[in-house]
Amino acid sequence: MKNNIISLQNIGVAFDGERILNDISLDIKDKEFVTLLGPSGCGKTTTLRIIGGFLTPDTGSVKFEGKEINNTPPHKRNINTVFQRYALFPHLNVYENIAFGLKVKKLPEKEIRSRVGKMLDLVNLKGFEKRSINRLSGGQQQRVAIARALVNEPKVLLLDEPLGALDLKLRKEMQTELKRIQQRLEITFIYVTHDQEEALTMSDTVVVMRDGNIQQIGSPVDIYNEPKNAFVADFIGESNILDGRMIKDFLVEMSGREFECVDKGFGCDKPVDVVIRPEDIKLIPPEDAKITGVVESVTFKGVHYEMVIEAYDYRWLVHSTKAAEVGSGVGLDFDPYDIHIMNKMEVEA
Amino acid sequence: MKKLIAAPYLVWAAVFIVIPLIMVAYFAFFNDGHFTLDYVASVAQYSNIFVRSIWLAAIATVICLLIAYPIAFILMRMDRSYQSTMLMLVMLPMWMNFLLRTYAWMTLLGNNGIINNFLGFFGIGPFKMLNTQGAVVLGMVYNYLPFMILPLYTVMEKIDTSVLEAAQDLGCNSANTLMRVVLPLSMPGVMSGITMVFVPAISTFIISRMLGGGGNLLIGDLIEMQFLGNSYNPNLGASISLVLMVIILLIMTVMNQFDDGEDRVLM
Repeated sequence: MKNNIISLQNIGVAFDGERILNDISLDIKDKEFVTLLGPSGCGKTTTLRIIGGFLTPDTGSVKFEGKEINNTPPHKRNINTVFQRYALFPHLNVYENIAFGLKVKKLPEKEIRSRVGKMLDLVNLKGFEKRSINRLSGGQQQRVAIARALVNEPKVLLLDEPLGALDLKLRKEMQTELKRIQQRLEITFIYVTHDQEEALTMSDTVVVMRDGNIQQIGSPVDIYNEPKNAFVADFIGESNILDGRMIKDFLVEMSGREFECVDKGFGCDKPVDVVIRPEDIKLIPPEDAKITGVVESVTFKGVHYEMVIEAYDYRWLVHSTKAAEVGSGVGLDFDPYDIHIMNKMEVEA
Repeated sequence: MKKLIAAPYLVWAAVFIVIPLIMVAYFAFFNDGHFTLDYVASVAQYSNIFVRSIWLAAIATVICLLIAYPIAFILMRMDRSYQSTMLMLVMLPMWMNFLLRTYAWMTLLGNNGIINNFLGFFGIGPFKMLNTQGAVVLGMVYNYLPFMILPLYTVMEKIDTSVLEAAQDLGCNSANTLMRVVLPLSMPGVMSGITMVFVPAISTFIISRMLGGGGNLLIGDLIEMQFLGNSYNPNLGASISLVLMVIILLIMTVMNQFDDGEDRVLM
């Protein structure tokens, strides 16, 4: 059983009367890779800034290893940050940027040199010591920012959309790289992103946020397979979300048809959201199907075809390795365990 | 096309900069059409005035820097919405006539001035404040301070706040952030502020005459006397101007060298 290294309790923040965080509580375990995931404006960066000490919450308490640190300034926290646009020091070269934190702590020159050297090794920037920051590519600047934070051997590293400015290929490389670094150094990473794929790839725990509230906390597999509500389902991967009615346990109605499912405990005759992943839908001949529709469009996506199928006023998204013809009639089929039932989301205030 | 756009400026520069400079040089080196070094050589006898001018201008520049830097720093850290108001307050004295401002200081500093009268209530003084070198420096600082604040503020305002947060994140308290990040990043502003205060301060003549009395002549006064005073001597005036120009150029070159060097060390 790992200990909680950071614990947020009932954190509330408002700017100019606008609620940014609504009573958030979150425990982060030691050596865990936690991702705060959500659309822009959901409060994920604000949460990170509170942990980093750049923002004091209006209500609630921030605990680091059990001690409240609400009023501890950033320079006294054993936490370092990789900033969104790197925030490297433009007047210092690569070596001086990385050595900055150690020089502030007035460590002996020899130790600084060896620790910076190790960091340059870790982020594959050997030989770039004297290079000016302005003559580095985005990916290299990113590595310097990571090294500059990690060289201080923080207990927790905060990363604020660190890969946002990189192109797709480089982003994938850095995802693997970051995960490798995290596992090797065994420190807690708290990672902010709006990219669901990034979150699923790298994290031990994903925290899905929306409008200053936490929607769901869980492992990537849980979040993907068992989304708590239609928002999470929609945000994590693509989904078909239909209005349904729970007739009784294990039986749901949607599009005017009844389907067997594996969910229970929603009560009888309750309106629910029904979520079905596009890759879980099989295309079958219309005469065998409960739901039939007309293929509206087919797009080749590399690994699969993405099809939009109109059926009973709902446009289904279907992923399949076989393409159907546009305009043709098809039947949709799915297994009971691929039907995910969710309570209707509370109406937004 | 580019040349065409630059043409008006080139004409301007020729008429109002190059030709007057040539005329100054002509007056300095020619007497009735004959080349002579006498005038330039005779400038040496005023070396004490040159030293005094450089010295007082340098003191004023340093004081301006010491006052302006914290002001610019505070301005930068201020809420955006207050910044423009505060900036306007800094500029406000400049909207008043230069002479008027300096006269105001005369009435404040005089032996029967407001400050000495006030001190007299408590039986202190009167102190001789007007017609001293201190008064001259005060006048320079007062009049040229905005020219130091503005370039400093402009440079500091451009510093990314996330860079300052990064410094805090890496263990800097406020003082450390200032010394290790803000100061090096604001060096270009320091340099242009120094230039913008030092150059007008070294060649001023109103301030020294009004606040310094007759005993604290500066180069500016000396030059003015050659053209408007009883000892009318445009050749000597031109020579002094030329020498002053060379001195300023030399000082600025040395300063810029220092600036570049600083950059290279830090880069």
